[in-house]
Amino acid sequence: MRAMAVTAKPKLDARKLRADFPIFEQLVHGKPLAYLDSAVTSQKPRYVLDALLNFYETSYGNVHRGVYWLSERATAEFEAARDKVRGFVNAPSAKEVIFTRNATEALNLVAYAWGWDNLGPGDTVVVTELEHHANFVPFQFIAQRTGATFKAIPIDGAGELQLDALDDLAAAGNIKLVAVGLISNSLGTINPVEKIAAWAHEQGAVMVVDAAQAAPHKAIDVQALGADFLAISAHKMCGPSGVGALWGKAELLEAMSPFNLGGQMIRQVRMEKTTWNELPYKFEAGTPPMAEAVGFGAAVDYLTAIGLDAIEEHEHELAAYALDRLGELDWVTTYGPPADRRAGIVSFNIEGVHPHDVAQILDWEGIAIRAGHHCAQPLMAKLGVAATNRASFYLYTVRDEIDRLLDGLHKVRKVLT
Amino acid sequence: VSEFDQLYREVILDHYKNPRGHGVIEGADAEADGQNPLCGDEVSIYVTFGDDDTIEDVKFSGRGCAISQASTSMLMEMVKGRSASEVATMSKDDLLEEVGIPLTPIRLKCALLGLWTLKVALHKGKGTPLPEEAAGLDDLSLN
Repeated sequence: MRAMAVTAKPKLDARKLRADFPIFEQLVHGKPLAYLDSAVTSQKPRYVLDALLNFYETSYGNVHRGVYWLSERATAEFEAARDKVRGFVNAPSAKEVIFTRNATEALNLVAYAWGWDNLGPGDTVVVTELEHHANFVPFQFIAQRTGATFKAIPIDGAGELQLDALDDLAAAGNIKLVAVGLISNSLGTINPVEKIAAWAHEQGAVMVVDAAQAAPHKAIDVQALGADFLAISAHKMCGPSGVGALWGKAELLEAMSPFNLGGQMIRQVRMEKTTWNELPYKFEAGTPPMAEAVGFGAAVDYLTAIGLDAIEEHEHELAAYALDRLGELDWVTTYGPPADRRAGIVSFNIEGVHPHDVAQILDWEGIAIRAGHHCAQPLMAKLGVAATNRASFYLYTVRDEIDRLLDGLHKVRKVLT
Repeated sequence: VSEFDQLYREVILDHYKNPRGHGVIEGADAEADGQNPLCGDEVSIYVTFGDDDTIEDVKFSGRGCAISQASTSMLMEMVKGRSASEVATMSKDDLLEEVGIPLTPIRLKCALLGLWTLKVALHKGKGTPLPEEAAGLDDLSLN
């Protein structure tokens, strides 16, 4: 098997994989569901749903609490899931993997628990114009509260980061934190995070990577990326909603104060002083999302079995096909970089038609796309639009769905222009 | 008639393609801006008052979907010439009846953006009461 993988390009059979996803067994407005909104959240395979149910039916108890059999069993499953996530991002140690509610909470954890103690007047925090609000607003807020300066790496007309601007930013001085998304949720741009991380480290800054949009679609290696912190979310990668993870370098996490306070995260509580639990528990106050974490682990198993390289290649082909088809229509504007530098996300507008109306009319054809600002208002302002339509693909997306999208767009134009 | 045909029925498309009261009133007596955080849509409403309490002229500008543009256009026709205090207490159902299409909770926000923004403008211009739904639409101080 190994030798074959080296010679042949990895391939997956999306039509076959669709059978793993119960959601596709139903009709929407009498039509098969064309789910082209996986960038907002992914659908769930039976394998993950079974893992959730099995945990509740056979292993459910609170973790790290009881001495009885059930609690031990729940704890073992929960910690096994943590180790799967560790392996998924190629982290050196499972104690560096903190379960959070989602990627947003993971990024807030960094902004508060690292930012509060390490930022002040004269320091600079750098994000990019492409960022999702989750990787923008927490750092903007903490910069304002600590008196630090907040800057953004600009993008060019194709939605790619202008790395020439890094020198100017460096001249502004004392850069302490750089936060960049690995893949833009709005445009699908794959950002050169390794380069930016190297630059960040030259400045003496910590590098935060929002990989929420990347982790479902490509192999993640925190060490190769040069990240200091990295955030992911289970729900975008075939796992349950309600759980995500922050990976952080142990030395940084050790030096940080806690984020949420309460049970589980303490070592000893006295009236005069409380001390903190060891990693990763210092950052996991209260009962964690236990079944969700186990489901997260199952999702990692599922994606790993298919192969992240095969998933990436499949989505790349779909994006190239969609861009080609949309490019044939002179009343459609597409946004973002060429197909070879983007993930399975295509943002576009129809001349004179608001995205809400596009999405509404497509809905009647059983096609689900996103219409809005994609939680990236600074980017929308840069593009000079209020909103865009966004079609996004995953391992279960087939070409036929893109053809249906195109037919639907012709119908939209007929109704509204 | 399918739900689809109802939603984009002829009168909605007519108001969308030929909006009534679309434009800006320079030097309006009152104006307000509203935003729909879901989609980033923005609407501005401009009002001039007659000698009494009458809404002498009213216009809207901004960008939005067919539902929001059409319902705001219908709203302009409904309120022009009426008294500000009467319009300030107008219920959303009065407008929705006129719009006359089935709306999901999300699309309801599109259909009502113009109405709440108008109520903010009337509040600013005439001190009429502000409904709960309109609070926060515009950067206003309630005094």
